[in-house]
Amino acid sequence: MMQHGLFFQFNFYVFGLIAVASAIAFVTRKSLVAAALWLVNTMFCLAALYVMLDAQFIGAIQVLVYAGAIMVLFLFVVMLLNLGQVPGSGDIRRLWPRLIAGAAGILLLAELSVLGRQQLPRELLIPAAVPNVVTEVAGPLFNEYLLAFEVTSVLLLVALIGAVVLAKKRI
Amino acid sequence: MVAEALFFSAVLFTIGVIGVLIRRNAIIIFMSVELMLNAVNLSFVAFSRLYGVSGQVLAIFVIAVAAAEAAVGLAIIISIFRHHQSIDLQNINLLKG
Repeated sequence: MMQHGLFFQFNFYVFGLIAVASAIAFVTRKSLVAAALWLVNTMFCLAALYVMLDAQFIGAIQVLVYAGAIMVLFLFVVMLLNLGQVPGSGDIRRLWPRLIAGAAGILLLAELSVLGRQQLPRELLIPAAVPNVVTEVAGPLFNEYLLAFEVTSVLLLVALIGAVVLAKKRI
Repeated sequence: MVAEALFFSAVLFTIGVIGVLIRRNAIIIFMSVELMLNAVNLSFVAFSRLYGVSGQVLAIFVIAVAAAEAAVGLAIIISIFRHHQSIDLQNINLLKG
């Protein structure tokens, strides 16, 4: 197992704590849209944790399927049922959130410009010990778990048909 | 790293359970269930560092099942909303004795 430096550990804790804080914010928000966006933040942080735990493929799937598809489905239903508004809450934020948002944006831009110029630390680059992360997962998936994989395809078909039948007004 | 990941997983799962218990909005409860599935995925991935890559394969299956569950569950929520004009679970007590 690879020995990790202080930078790695610090970032692991940072992403974990952001995930927990976003989850708490998600549970306590009144507005449905705000809650969904906090949950998206949690899922992005979890994707970062997966990458740090040497599961790069799961991290990519997490961003694509969870943060990308499932949460968009949730937001789409919120929009469809017109549940987004909370009475008595204005849309425009006060001064402090605006300042924090601006500072975060400037910080990200500065980080991008610095990272664009510099060479990354060596331990951040993908180590040579991991030859191909997708092949590693695909081996057991298509040998040991082939039956479960095929059953999953049937499950997705059933879910597709079930969703259409349930949500349709008149069949 | 594995111990910390398991700790974060436990905390996220607990927050998901709290969300299911204290909220009445059906969509929020549903998203809390998704959060719990995510926490379990984090455990799977953490254990896959100790016990081989099977944990990652199971995490893929969990994600697939979560996608199917989200589609069906949201369809059910839409049809409940058509009947009751609300997704507050306090108003949905048709099967209560």
